[in-house]
Amino acid sequence: MANRCAVIGVGQTHYTTKRGDVSIAGLVREAAIRALDDAGLTFKDIDAVVIGKAPDLFEGVMMPEAYLADALGAAGKPMMRVHTAGSVGGSTGLVGASLVQGGVHDRVLVVAFEKQSESNATWALSTHLPFNASLVVGAGGYFAPHIREYMRRTGAPAHIGTLVAVKDRLNALKNPYAHLKIPGIDRRMVESTPMLWEPIRYLETCPSSDGACAMVLSSEAKVTGTPAWVHGAAMRSEPIFRAGRDTVNPRAGKDCAADVYRQAGVTDPRRQIDVAEVYVPFSWYEPMWLENLGFAADGEGWKLTESGATALDGDIPWNASGGVLSSNPIGASGLIRFAEAALQVRGMAGEHQVDGARLALGHAYGGGAQFFAMWIVGRERP
Amino acid sequence: METSETSEPLVARHVLEFPGGYTRTTGPVIGRFLTELRAGRIVGVRTAEGRVLVPPLEYDPASGEPVADGYVEVGPAGTVTASAWVREPRDGHPLDRPFAWAVIRLDGADTSLVHAVDAGSPKALAPGTRVWPVWRQQRQGHITDISHFAPEVTRIVSPIRPEYRIQAGGALRTFLDGIRRGVFLGGRCATCDKVYVPYRASCPECGSAIDQRVELPDTGTITTFAINNLPDPRAPEVPFVSAYILLDGADVPMIALVGGVPAHEVRQGMRVRAEWVPESERALSMANVRWFTPTGEEDAELS
Repeated sequence: MANRCAVIGVGQTHYTTKRGDVSIAGLVREAAIRALDDAGLTFKDIDAVVIGKAPDLFEGVMMPEAYLADALGAAGKPMMRVHTAGSVGGSTGLVGASLVQGGVHDRVLVVAFEKQSESNATWALSTHLPFNASLVVGAGGYFAPHIREYMRRTGAPAHIGTLVAVKDRLNALKNPYAHLKIPGIDRRMVESTPMLWEPIRYLETCPSSDGACAMVLSSEAKVTGTPAWVHGAAMRSEPIFRAGRDTVNPRAGKDCAADVYRQAGVTDPRRQIDVAEVYVPFSWYEPMWLENLGFAADGEGWKLTESGATALDGDIPWNASGGVLSSNPIGASGLIRFAEAALQVRGMAGEHQVDGARLALGHAYGGGAQFFAMWIVGRERP
Repeated sequence: METSETSEPLVARHVLEFPGGYTRTTGPVIGRFLTELRAGRIVGVRTAEGRVLVPPLEYDPASGEPVADGYVEVGPAGTVTASAWVREPRDGHPLDRPFAWAVIRLDGADTSLVHAVDAGSPKALAPGTRVWPVWRQQRQGHITDISHFAPEVTRIVSPIRPEYRIQAGGALRTFLDGIRRGVFLGGRCATCDKVYVPYRASCPECGSAIDQRVELPDTGTITTFAINNLPDPRAPEVPFVSAYILLDGADVPMIALVGGVPAHEVRQGMRVRAEWVPESERALSMANVRWFTPTGEEDAELS
């Protein structure tokens, strides 16, 4: 049985196209200091630091964790780096939590970041290795066919993706840290933007952001301030080229959800979870993950989206913060989901707070929808 | 009354340039300023009220009194308060490329000076931009001893270029050898009874070694696809279709280009066949398959 672990501090930078005023070190430092301030602590109170980010090719800094140790007060302390593609932010939170749950450390600082403005992620994800046997087409080109297949299987009407694109951006208007702020966004505006990778339109994709997110995780004995308790933590992966792999509804995602629900005693996520921060980088991934995560039966996810259930005033708000569709510092995006879940159950989410949120899901996925990281945090001690 | 003869104006150039140029006696205050410039420093003068004037004046415009004899080093950096962009520099301008005339408040000064800023683009010179002087190598005691100002360094380009020597693994080599012959080679996992293409040496499901090679036909079914509207060096045009193609007899799809059909006529379930480049042009490369093109058969049923 794991020791109890709580989030006692959350820090975010404002997410934006280009942070021209800070180095990578300055960026992560900003998030870390805010998380420590939130917890009422300083670097001296931290036992270990876990850093997460997506491929080094994004900024061209190899092993950035070594260079960032000073900025994060990690000198003389255990420090490590996590990398699980787009899910890395979530995995970073989980590795940090495991150090507390395993009784190794009392207080762990977890930090994840991306400074996308230093290069171009589509370039970095489409490097053409010699002798490649398959066409590599970047993230949008990779996910678009799976979205098309979801639409075929479920018969979902074409406007469902548009609804998510609008809903998440309306939520972002309430989040001071969100990158995309598009006042007056509506279906017509989204539908007037060009198809990039049909069926994905421009405004149905996430932005490229600079930003960092940090959390202070604590053992029960060392809790300060307002804790969000970790009720469940799970990671899963699956081979991308497995025969019979369901790329629309991946097995690793289902298994990961089943594991985290079991730990948290969740049998009916739709009813028991009050708010979910789920990694939705392309709008159609909301209905797809609604099914994968068991919030809706197979083929029914789009109906939940269409009914408004996932809106901020719905019965199961998804991405009250505006989600990845509104802010995407890739390496940090998963940790932001985990942090926003924690903010909700701490009652500290500000204008996008879901009233009375007691149990929240944080979710991240990465690679070709093959790496998953999830946690459930709650207001009450588990 | 005008006639064609009288309407022709009588024009000539007339230059008034004192041979060798006028001199300017600087007086002690301006002389000190220029002497400091020659030494690579910028100074202002402090007025009786304590304001620092840069460039210095001999008499305080506020009081009419001589400035106190207090020289203060300022800058060298300063902040742009306003600027005007010069798209086409003229003869006599300090820079031969587009630049800005900017009002610059040097650090420690209470007044601003006007100088040229080499900013690259007007967007890089919003009010509040920090600028530093770029000095001339040969200084003589003149305001042009500062060649121009330039924005602070906030960003550098980091030329990173790892270079690798990639050697294809044995399984891929086997597959590409097949592709050169115009054959898709797969491998059957004896444990799972699944056929993997491209050929690979181990099963991603169960980890068993795969030693059974299977020659697959070059026909298959499009399971799903994207219509890409962003250009790609490997695609002949935009839009282009990248599709998951399940070769007949295979259990995993491959991602490949679809061609020979308008993008919006591609369908899930469409039957396609590889279009090979002529044998004489083939290499150990997937480029041997130009793309997959419709066979014209009836669409396959998708599960």
